[in-house]
Amino acid sequence: MELIWKGIKHSCWLLLTGDAEVIGITLFSLQVSGAATGLSLVLGIPLGILLAMKRFPGRSLAVSLINTGMGLPPVVVGLFVTIFLWRSGPLGYMELLYTPAAMIIAQVVIAFPIVAGLTMAAFQSLNPNFRLQLLGIGASTPQLLWLLCKEARLPLLAAIMAGFGGVISEVGASMMVGGNIRGQTRVLTTATVLETSKGNFEIAIALGLILLVLTFAVNLLLTQIQQREQIRWPKPS
Amino acid sequence: MAEAVLNLQGIRVRYDESTVLEIDSLAVNTGEVLAVIGPNGAGKSTLLRLMALLQQPTLGKIYFHDREVIPTDSLAIRRRMASVFQEPLLLNASVYENAALGLKLRGMNRHTIEQRLRPWLKRLGIEHLASRKARTLSGGEAQRTSLVRALALDPEILFLDEPFSPLDPSTREALLLDLERILRETGITTVFVTHDRDEAFMFGHRIAVLIGGKLLQTGPTTEVFAHPENLEVAHFVGFDTKISGIVESASDELAQVHFNGGCAQVVGKFQAGEQLFLCLRPEDITLSLPGAEDPKSISCSRLQGKVLKVTPWGAHYRVALACGENRLVASITRPSFLELKIAEGDEIVASFNASAVHVIKRR
Repeated sequence: MELIWKGIKHSCWLLLTGDAEVIGITLFSLQVSGAATGLSLVLGIPLGILLAMKRFPGRSLAVSLINTGMGLPPVVVGLFVTIFLWRSGPLGYMELLYTPAAMIIAQVVIAFPIVAGLTMAAFQSLNPNFRLQLLGIGASTPQLLWLLCKEARLPLLAAIMAGFGGVISEVGASMMVGGNIRGQTRVLTTATVLETSKGNFEIAIALGLILLVLTFAVNLLLTQIQQREQIRWPKPS
Repeated sequence: MAEAVLNLQGIRVRYDESTVLEIDSLAVNTGEVLAVIGPNGAGKSTLLRLMALLQQPTLGKIYFHDREVIPTDSLAIRRRMASVFQEPLLLNASVYENAALGLKLRGMNRHTIEQRLRPWLKRLGIEHLASRKARTLSGGEAQRTSLVRALALDPEILFLDEPFSPLDPSTREALLLDLERILRETGITTVFVTHDRDEAFMFGHRIAVLIGGKLLQTGPTTEVFAHPENLEVAHFVGFDTKISGIVESASDELAQVHFNGGCAQVVGKFQAGEQLFLCLRPEDITLSLPGAEDPKSISCSRLQGKVLKVTPWGAHYRVALACGENRLVASITRPSFLELKIAEGDEIVASFNASAVHVIKRR
């Protein structure tokens, strides 16, 4: 218990004193995971909408792949991204391995199926006649998509939360493709692993707590937005 | 002749290998209410979606004001139309925002939207609900909001797809009356899809009867209801009794038709030996107990049979009879039912006037 208590105290101390390295790692983690979540939204939302609204050959296979991708082990993602970016790999010429870009790529591979799968579920939960009704009062295709996204905003926020939660907390892929290089590719999760392996439990707990607080804060913000519009179920009479 | 707002030519809709809709020609004229009626699964909603340019036909052409609709014009033309569906399908927003949606989609400013919307909110009696969340509305209020959303667009053609089906009877009646008045006063060209023949009769200037994906008859409402051209249409517009017979003798205006279990006189010019179907509405058949028939009634148009089933039907009773090989359906008032004390298995006499019989020639 004393170890945990010391860790909490140390994390408070690190934050209050504005430890440059910890703040740097925290901001870098937010940048990498924020960028990966943003890219996953750009790719995953249109794909989710497409899979929910269109029927085309190969759709079932695509849905199965997305559903499988929602549970991809980060270590496996890390392995394949590393192979692709390895000097002799297909994308080796880009020299991205052990850079923040490689970490973003790996995190996109993890978050993108989560966002696409949850977006698909969100759109499938809408009344299919909504589309016809909106077109029937003169909506153009972009207006239609925007209105449907607005209508599905609560589950879409859940998709963003799940995507961000998935990447900010993963360690395997970031470690493998980023290399945990101090000042360059070290994020909260990889730093926690490193400090734990060195036996620096106080710092490891401090980093872990910061990660928890960070994840909690982002999710709290999104939950506030989501729950503000939640339907209130009537009490049974 | 009124100009056609919309004209469908050679329309075919196929899903996989089966054809679900076959319309050779159908026009919607300016200012008219065209009621499309037919049973469930007849293709009514598919037809409405085609007309509202919400679905492409497999084959055929659609003309809007005599100009063929091409995909690139579709949005511009859709914005001159408006649709109301069975479900109100409102967004998770206020009544006002929902009602204003179509105008907003057309890029109108707040002031214009307010000016266009207020009179319609008032006219449909939901002005006081403007700031309410749409999700808290009753079915009738939600459908009124949906109607305001469509009517405020001042459409050149309005499509209504069974908008009253999910409502309870009193809400439905109030909304029916309001909409009937609005359509009469504004003269908006309307296509009204329903499976309810009473609604069609109330609204439609013309009726198109769609059964099994095919238009079986199109014409003025009273004409279609009084003179259906074939048995399917006759059955759908309320001729529940069909008796197959053969003309025994014919004069200028009257013919005597013989059928299994009796004979009847019918009005019209026929030739002896012609095979006919005599169609009757339940309300045109009178029931009496054997031996108590009205002596003034024409003895020929009378059949004796057995009561098969008695079903309470609103303020009336529907009585199914077996008269020889023929099955008849009569509708009697509650007082008549109590007076006759009809029970299943009883012997009963059914009679009808020659003028009540609608004749369809057997082909």
